[in-house]
Amino acid sequence: MALLRVNNLKTYFQISAGIVKAVDDVSFVLNNGESMGLVGESGCGKTTTALSINKLLPQEGKIVSGEIFLEERNILKLNDSEIKKIRWNDISMIFQGAMNALNPVMKIGDQIAEAIILHKKVSYKEAIEKSEELFKLVELEPKRISNYPHEFSGGMKQRAMIAMALACDPKLIIADEPTTALDVMVQAQILNLLDKLRKEVNMGLILISHNLSILGETCDKIAVMYAGKIVELGNVEDIYDNNMHPYTNQLLSSFPNIHKEKKIPEPIDGIPPDLINPPSGCRFHPRCLYAENICKEKEPEMIKINENHDYCCHFGGIFNE
Amino acid sequence: MIIAATLEAYSMNKTEKIVDIKNLKVEFEIKQSFIEEIFYKKRKIVKAVDGVNLEIYHGEIVSLVGESGSGKTTLGKAILNLVPKHEGDILFKGKSINFNNKKEVKKFRQKAQMIFQDPYQSLDPRNLIIDATAEPLEVNNLINNSAERKKKVIKALEDSGLAPGENFLYRYPYELSGGQRQRVAIAGAIILNPDFIVADEPVSMLDASIRTGILKLLLDQKKINSLSILFITHDLSLAWLISNRIAIMYLGKIVEIGESDEIIKKSCHPYTKALLDIMPIPEVHRNRKRKVLSGEIPNSSDIPKGCRFHTRCEYAFDPCRLEEPELKKIKKGHFVACHLFREGAENE
Repeated sequence: MALLRVNNLKTYFQISAGIVKAVDDVSFVLNNGESMGLVGESGCGKTTTALSINKLLPQEGKIVSGEIFLEERNILKLNDSEIKKIRWNDISMIFQGAMNALNPVMKIGDQIAEAIILHKKVSYKEAIEKSEELFKLVELEPKRISNYPHEFSGGMKQRAMIAMALACDPKLIIADEPTTALDVMVQAQILNLLDKLRKEVNMGLILISHNLSILGETCDKIAVMYAGKIVELGNVEDIYDNNMHPYTNQLLSSFPNIHKEKKIPEPIDGIPPDLINPPSGCRFHPRCLYAENICKEKEPEMIKINENHDYCCHFGGIFNE
Repeated sequence: MIIAATLEAYSMNKTEKIVDIKNLKVEFEIKQSFIEEIFYKKRKIVKAVDGVNLEIYHGEIVSLVGESGSGKTTLGKAILNLVPKHEGDILFKGKSINFNNKKEVKKFRQKAQMIFQDPYQSLDPRNLIIDATAEPLEVNNLINNSAERKKKVIKALEDSGLAPGENFLYRYPYELSGGQRQRVAIAGAIILNPDFIVADEPVSMLDASIRTGILKLLLDQKKINSLSILFITHDLSLAWLISNRIAIMYLGKIVEIGESDEIIKKSCHPYTKALLDIMPIPEVHRNRKRKVLSGEIPNSSDIPKGCRFHTRCEYAFDPCRLEEPELKKIKKGHFVACHLFREGAENE
C-alpha cells in the first residue's frame, strides 16, 4: 500500500528578486516499508521537498499546488493543530547538521522525553524509560541519556537524533543528509543503523543526499532531482545500470568506482541554473552534452519504461549509442 | 585521461625527492584547570603526529587517507610550518630546513603552498578576489607595480579555470559559487609557481559534478608545472583515482603505504581493509554485508599501548597488545605496520 503519495507538488519561494521555483511539479510514491533516495546537487530542491511534506517551510515558502497523501489523508488540507499530530507520530525528520539541532543546555534524555510527552499521554518517568529503550535501539549506552550534547561525539549526536526521530514510532522517516558532516567510518555505522531499524520497524524512509554512491546499498528506489524537478525515477538497478537521463548518467560517473577503469570523469560544465528564471525547455539543456534545438524549445514529458522506471528527456539513453 | 600512462611516466623519473619527512612529531598540550595543574604533575599531551616518515617525489601525488582525528591535517600543516612547533626533520629538495631561520622558512614557503578544505572560510569575505590572490606576491615582495600585479593575478585565475580572469578581479567571495571560490584558493596557491602543494580535502565541500573539474585542474597543474601534491582526503576511492601512492594514517602514524592500485587491490593492514570495506561504491548493493568497525578512533591523548589499532582490530593477538609494529617492507614500494605481516612476505 502506498504510504506517501506526492502529486504534482509545486513549492515556490517569494523573495525580493522574484519567485524561486524550488520544487516544480514533483510526483512520487513511497510504499510501506520502502526506502527512497532523493539525490541531486545543492539547490535542486531536495530539502524543500522534504520540508513541504512536513509542512515546515519558512515564511517565504508556499506550496502553490499539488497534493501530498499520507495513506488516506491529504496533508495539505489539514490545519496547524492536525499537522502537529502528524509530525513525530507519523512522519519524523532527521535534519541536516543534526549535530547542531540538539539543545546544548538540556540533557539529551530530556530532549527526547520532551518530544514523547508532547505527543503521547505519558508521564515523565515513562518517557525517560522509553528514551532509554530508544538509546539501546540506536546502540548507545542507556545510562548516557543524562549527558549533555557536548559530551557526545558527532556520530553519537547523530544516533541520538535518530533515537529522537523514532520516539513516537513513526511510519515514515525523512533523513536529510544524515551523514554529510560525519566521518567515513561513522557514516557507514549510521547508514547500517538506519537500514537495520527500517527493516525492524518496517517504516518508510526517504534518504536525501548529494552522494549517489551511498544510496546503492540503503535504498530500494532513487529519484534524481535537477533544478526543482525529478528527471529520473526508478529502482536502484534502473538508476545504476539502466539509466536513461544524461544528468543521471553524468552524475553517476562523477563518483569514482574502483571496479571500473581508472579515469577522471568529464565534469558537468556550468553551474545549476537560477530557479527564478529557469532555462526554457528541458532545464538541463544548457549543461547537457547531447542537447538539440528541441531541448531548448519543448519541455520533455515523463516517459515510462516499466512500472517503476520513468525519465524525462527527449533523447533518453542517447549516451549508450 | 588515463592515469596509468602518467603513472608509468612518473615511475621512470622517480629520482628526485621534493619533500622528505623524517620522524616528524607534533604534540599539543591540553590546557588544564588551575586545580588540575596543582594536583596532577603529569601534563596532558595530544600526540597528533607521532613519528611519521614520508617521501614525496618530483611530480607525484601522494594521498593521505584516514578517519578524522588521525592527524592527516596536522601532518600537512606541520610540513608547511603551520603548527606552533614540531620535532623531526623536513628535507626540501634534499636540504634540511632550519625552522628557526625565518628567512629560510619564508623562502621554503614560497615554493610550498597549501589549499584548504573549506572555500567558504578560507577567503576573507571583505577582500576582493584580486587582493586575495595577490597576497602571496605582496607578502614576498615579488611585485613592483600594480600593472604587473594585475597581470600575474589574471594569469593565475585563468590557469585555475576562471576565464576571462578580468571578470573576477573586482568581485567579492560571496559573489562566487563554491567551486569558483575553490578555484580562487588554488589560484592563490599557484601564483608563486610552487613545487609542492598540500591540498587538504580540497573537494570534500563541493558537489559531485563540480568536484571532477577541480580534480582535473589539480592534475593539469601537476602535469604542466610538474607539481608534487600531498592530497589529504578521507575518501579512499578519490585517492585511488588521482594519486600515485596512498598512505593510510591511523592515530598519528602511517600504518600502510604503497602504490594506489596496490593499496586498493592488495591491501594488508586490517585498518586499510576496514576502510576499503566501507568505501561507498556507486553500484547496486542490496544486502551488502560489510564489516564496520565499531566505536570511534581513540583519543590521541591516550594512545593504546602496543599496536595503536589493536583495540578495534579483529585479528589482534598477544604481540599486538605489547609491542608496536614497525613499518616493514613486504614488497617493492609497499610498506605495512602490522604484526600479521613479516618482512618480504606476500599476502598471507
